[in-house]
Amino acid sequence: MRVCIVGCGAVGSLFAANLAQLDDVEVWAYDAAQAHVDAINEHGLRLSGAGEITGRLRATSDAQELPACDFGIVATKAMHTEAAIRATAHAFAEGCVATVQNGIGNEEVLAAHVAHVIRGTTFPAGKVVAPGHVQWDVKGDTTLGPFEPQPAPAAEIARLADACTRGGMPTHAVADARGPQWRKVIFNASTNPVGALTLLAHGRVCERPDLRALVSGLVDEGKAVAAAQGIELDSDPEALIDHAAKPEVAYHHKASMLQDVEACRPTEIDYLNGGIVRFGREHGVPTPLNQAIWALVKGVEQSWQQ
Amino acid sequence: MIRSVCVAGAGSIGSLFAGHLARVADVSVLTRRAEHADALNANGLRVSGRSDFTVRLAAATDPDDLPEPELVILACKGTDLEPLARRLAGHFPAATVMTVQNGLGAEEIVGAHGDWPLLSSVTFMSGTRHADDHVEYVLDTATWIGPYRGSSGDDARAVAGLIASSGLKAEAFDDLRPAQWSKLIFNATVNAVAALTGLPHDFHFAQTEELSDLGLLVRDLVDEGKTVAAAAGVQLWEDPWEMNVLATQRGHRHYPSMLEDVEAHRPTEVELITGALVREAGRHAVPVPLHTALYRLVRAKEAGYS
Repeated sequence: MRVCIVGCGAVGSLFAANLAQLDDVEVWAYDAAQAHVDAINEHGLRLSGAGEITGRLRATSDAQELPACDFGIVATKAMHTEAAIRATAHAFAEGCVATVQNGIGNEEVLAAHVAHVIRGTTFPAGKVVAPGHVQWDVKGDTTLGPFEPQPAPAAEIARLADACTRGGMPTHAVADARGPQWRKVIFNASTNPVGALTLLAHGRVCERPDLRALVSGLVDEGKAVAAAQGIELDSDPEALIDHAAKPEVAYHHKASMLQDVEACRPTEIDYLNGGIVRFGREHGVPTPLNQAIWALVKGVEQSWQQ
Repeated sequence: MIRSVCVAGAGSIGSLFAGHLARVADVSVLTRRAEHADALNANGLRVSGRSDFTVRLAAATDPDDLPEPELVILACKGTDLEPLARRLAGHFPAATVMTVQNGLGAEEIVGAHGDWPLLSSVTFMSGTRHADDHVEYVLDTATWIGPYRGSSGDDARAVAGLIASSGLKAEAFDDLRPAQWSKLIFNATVNAVAALTGLPHDFHFAQTEELSDLGLLVRDLVDEGKTVAAAAGVQLWEDPWEMNVLATQRGHRHYPSMLEDVEAHRPTEVELITGALVREAGRHAVPVPLHTALYRLVRAKEAGYS
């Protein structure tokens, strides 16, 4: 089986290096960062932290070099989905493409370029510490399921999930992946921007009762939008939020959006709170708090252009 | 005719009052720091920008060292009002005291420390304090004055007349609440949005085309404020949304004080402004979810640096 990781940042690298441990999987990585690509080709892709492995794979920043693949795993930041899949779609003419990105709306973008799409959600996290070297911070499960309007065959989804699991990334193939996806989107949309706007780490957001109440207000809107679509969340995002606030879990964790804001980088707000607002409008569910938070974080991004 | 004025608290607004009024009355300045009083006594106070002159005036850190005035203008920041009012307790029993603080509730804070007749005011002028003895007059918009406790519309007109004769703009009202609430809603909205986004009060605040545009949030915040005003029986003097749009069209990118405060990691006036609006809303059982969210976010941001 041949798999191409599209966007080999932190999360993409976790999939790439783990899958590369398997003899029956040939792994390719497409990434725009040339130094990262060169380091991977020269020394392999190294993970450290939650797991210590090095994966041997082929990396390229030139999409034309990609051979035909059975699977794509798209792991770019959500705002780069369109450009990344436009460049690589030719490699997946006969294959299936999964997204393990943050937010909602990525599947729709992929489906405009490839025939068979896999809806995915992943919890592992890390960060690129040097070209060819990713720190693996958090282990966790991945869920894959069909993107309903243009689904990948169930057998193919199971085949990819099996490979990921055998490689070291526990992955479940399910008939409806929307529950886990919306749980994570609601979690991210309700906590990340609150941290980004106040410059507080996750635990400090949660220990202020008034701020925690705002988080719950955001969660409630997200749940209502999920419910209006007939999506059953696999568990309550509130439980995930409280779990993450524990000192031994992610109390001190600066969400990626806070890291983005501190570095004046574009955030994924359009695909988190923006996604909840857009889907809410489609289904007649008001989402005033998510819309307010969306506008505020867009305002933060606009302030960098001054 | 008022012949003697004490300005207590000589930041940019206090300095603008003191400098201009010293041209038409005997002006003394009560400062917090001895160096500030020393600089004023030694060098006078220079006003530049829209005005250009230097005046002599008397300054001290102890009210006992200042002559008894007919009018006291309390021009400190809202966060410094309580300690300043405490310092004035027992002094200047024959004077009328005027508050200039943003938001609501300054009069009650001052009134608790003495039986002086009280005037309310709100000011739209702005300045930049370059040194203890130098202030630049930037925005020449008016100060609005009205009676509060033990004072009348005629008292307000007398003070407005004095201020106007000194070269600043002033207007008197028999009931200030319509104007005060217009500015309260304007400030609660614009200051909090600016403090959270880092944007000065510019064109973004009036943009309403995209779902994530900041102008939509600003308009919703103004609408919440209008509902509270209506429930409190206050008919607004100006539409805060139109005030917002006009201000963004002036071409001058104004930095609201709450934005300057968070950037300098100083305590903000959020309690007297957004906090006051949220408490008024609670008193009249009007839901204000958006102002509540912004109030919580600004307070949390303050907590992050204090």
